[in-house]
Amino acid sequence: MNDTLPKWVDILLIPMINLALALFVSGIVVALIGENPFEALAILVNGAVGSAYGWGYTLFYATNFIFTGLGVAVAFHARMFNIGGEGQAAIGGLGVALVLLFVPWPHWSLALLAATLGAAAFGAAWASIPAYLQARRGSHIVITTIMFNFIASALMVYLLSRVLLVPGAGGAPETARFAEAVRLPSAYDIAPWLGFRRSTPLNISFFLAIASCIFVYLLIWRTRLGYEIRSFGKSEPGAIYAGISPFKITMIAMLISGALCGLMATNSVMGEAERLVIDPVQGAGFVGIAVALMGRSHPVGVFLAALLFGVLYQGGAEVEFEIPAITREMIVVIQALVILFTGALDNMVRLPMERLFLSMRRKPEAPMPTRTEEKAGS
Amino acid sequence: MTSSSGPSYTPAPGDTSLAIELRGISKAFGPVQANKDISIQVKRGTIHGIIGENGAGKSTLMSILYGFYKADAGEVFIRGQRTEIPDSQAAIDAGIGMVFQHFKLVENFSVLENVILGAEDGRLLTPSLAKARKLLKQLAEDYEMDVDPDATIEDLGVGQQQRVEILKALYREADILILDEPTGVLTPAEADHLFRILKGLRDEGKTIILITHKLREIMEVTDTVSVMRRGEMTATVKTAETSPEQLAELMVGRKVLLRVDKAPATPGDVVLKVRDLRVVDDQNVERLRGIDLDIRRGEILGIAGVAGNGQSELLEVLAGYATATGSIQMNGQDIDLTGHASDAQTRRARSIAHVPEDRQREGLIMDFAAWENIAFGYQNDPRYNPGLLMDHAAMRQDCTEKMARFDVRPPDPTLAAKSFSGGNQQKIVLAREIERNPDLLLVGQPTRGVDIGAIEFIHQQIVALRDEGKAILLVSVELDEIMGLSDRIAVMFDGRIMGERLPSETNQGELGLLMAGITNGTAGEAA
Repeated sequence: MNDTLPKWVDILLIPMINLALALFVSGIVVALIGENPFEALAILVNGAVGSAYGWGYTLFYATNFIFTGLGVAVAFHARMFNIGGEGQAAIGGLGVALVLLFVPWPHWSLALLAATLGAAAFGAAWASIPAYLQARRGSHIVITTIMFNFIASALMVYLLSRVLLVPGAGGAPETARFAEAVRLPSAYDIAPWLGFRRSTPLNISFFLAIASCIFVYLLIWRTRLGYEIRSFGKSEPGAIYAGISPFKITMIAMLISGALCGLMATNSVMGEAERLVIDPVQGAGFVGIAVALMGRSHPVGVFLAALLFGVLYQGGAEVEFEIPAITREMIVVIQALVILFTGALDNMVRLPMERLFLSMRRKPEAPMPTRTEEKAGS
Repeated sequence: MTSSSGPSYTPAPGDTSLAIELRGISKAFGPVQANKDISIQVKRGTIHGIIGENGAGKSTLMSILYGFYKADAGEVFIRGQRTEIPDSQAAIDAGIGMVFQHFKLVENFSVLENVILGAEDGRLLTPSLAKARKLLKQLAEDYEMDVDPDATIEDLGVGQQQRVEILKALYREADILILDEPTGVLTPAEADHLFRILKGLRDEGKTIILITHKLREIMEVTDTVSVMRRGEMTATVKTAETSPEQLAELMVGRKVLLRVDKAPATPGDVVLKVRDLRVVDDQNVERLRGIDLDIRRGEILGIAGVAGNGQSELLEVLAGYATATGSIQMNGQDIDLTGHASDAQTRRARSIAHVPEDRQREGLIMDFAAWENIAFGYQNDPRYNPGLLMDHAAMRQDCTEKMARFDVRPPDPTLAAKSFSGGNQQKIVLAREIERNPDLLLVGQPTRGVDIGAIEFIHQQIVALRDEGKAILLVSVELDEIMGLSDRIAVMFDGRIMGERLPSETNQGELGLLMAGITNGTAGEAA
């Protein structure tokens, strides 16, 4: 992507510096309210990765963020900013719920396959309308996907309170619980020897997320479609020159993006809640934007960034629990600082680094081969 | 200016017969040394040319003189006085005026308003306007600079807009005028007019610095010429004592063949037949107004014209970007001009290859590696797609071979396209398109932004393809290139073909008239 910086600096060092800066500022905020920032950090890290219990939640959150992060990343490659992951994931959840509620699946594996297709199809369908409006009408995808988040939210409220509500079940706006046969194996079922508890939300769709990472890598960097998506993202006039249809690529990239966001529902709706609740996404669609930005739209980067945000979510919950002075809002502030530094303020670190590496490279590099024979000189 | 920071240092006074003297100017951008220890003396009352290839550092040097960049080292003397130029206002105060390649005029202001903009005498405009009007009238008489002071800029032609830029500088009492590539957008007649104005100004005692990459202009109008290469000033010579060949050699660093060496064409069957081709753009303006063309095997048809007279649209329609009406036949078979089968992929399948006018925006993806760019436009080729995944090894291999055959330097397929020089980028595009062995090659501005050394090679490749019996459509705003390369020349003006000429039976003057829309002494009706 960038010639001036070595790859490891671009993908690892800069995000690390950004993260360190974010933690530093967060530490100041924590200190300002009179708590010990080092203690808070220790609780955060320990709560997230210090036990199998912590890992069970950290990786569960990370799974959500991998799906939405990949979705945003694919759209980024086509130079589109899909802010609609939230809505696409919610509608993906609707797809999962419909597939699981109305078909009596004999085994979870078949159900997962069907739920995957349902989640992807519904997420893609929700993304297809903003995509079409962008491709044909030029309506800006940032605006339309945001609006579609609200529409999705309203639609979910309507469906859950009027249509899919279980009669006589206390009136909570949620569907009936899915059948026991379609319950996904949890980390406890798969690897009890690792010390996971029965209640751990981490489940087999974590592997689906990893498979999605591999799928996105192959799609973007190894297939012709990925080549066309990247070409279009880098230069629309170039794409037209090469006979790549902007309409087609806009639609396909957004469909894939929406499908990946929708897939998140296999983890949160099918794997954890086991029913469709009013807000199954819980902000993961927006975190996906930060994850894609921080992960430089590369599946490996997305995976690592998702893991980091998983840590922040789970560790943050622990901090909130252990240190009463640090409230839920405080945790959101810290998460926001990470997003601010890794996403919005990226260039603050990147530009000095580029200058640093340029000046480092200038010395060892031999001067350009110049022809010195100046036969006709003056 | 590190060299002047010492307290005990007192600079040697400059020579007062010099308008400008630069001593030891250096400027680096990151790892790129744009100017290396440049010293130059420009005598008062002369036209001093600065010639060099793209990226030789001409513009950087002038930007330092005009206060856009601060030099890392070196001194500037103006009329013998050591002068600091921290910003462009300081340059204007020192009597320097600059005419940029891209004009800096307010399109919907009148000529008068543009001339006084930023140089008003007080809060009320009327006295300034009256003063400017008087001055403009005087200048119009003195130097053939007649421009209607009340005309709106957007209604003026480019030649006249350029004159407004010069007037602006003169109004600010500039006596040193810098012109950056001033003829790029002018017809030959307009360029001649500009040169007459410049000579007139020189005779009045003004000093003019002309930055250009065109050898012909240097020979025609300058008194002295300085040559830049790779950030260094390689020579300063009297124009009368040099030749284009010598200047080209100084620019490139080796002997260069300036004339295209080619055998007479032996045209065969018609490959491309265009009839009544019309294109209407988004603003509902007709850009092509009924084009008829035939191109035969083994010939190069050159399209001459000032930029913006429909040549780009013609290329775009033929290459499959734009829809049109009329008919195009390729090897006797109709080509769709609208709908799904009118895109660039279909054209490639019909053996039409295309070297676009803007290689950095269209012909290459600048962030992609060279090996990825070698498949650009041909990404559907089964050779690159043995199965579901693209065969990167095959693409790399293909790129390595093409780079070798087209002498791309450095021959490294993993470098991003943006890391190559303009000439080498163009060679990558040419290699990709020519090696497809197309029946018809569309070439737009093949040597724009390309160094002289690579121009020679690119021209040879185009002629070689012709000699293999292929048809070539060449669009260029460089009249020298059209005259040198074409077997037949069609001149476009305002979306029409004004006439066809054989290069052996025409001259720049006649083509220049056609380019301005004048046939047999009557002006073409401009839109």
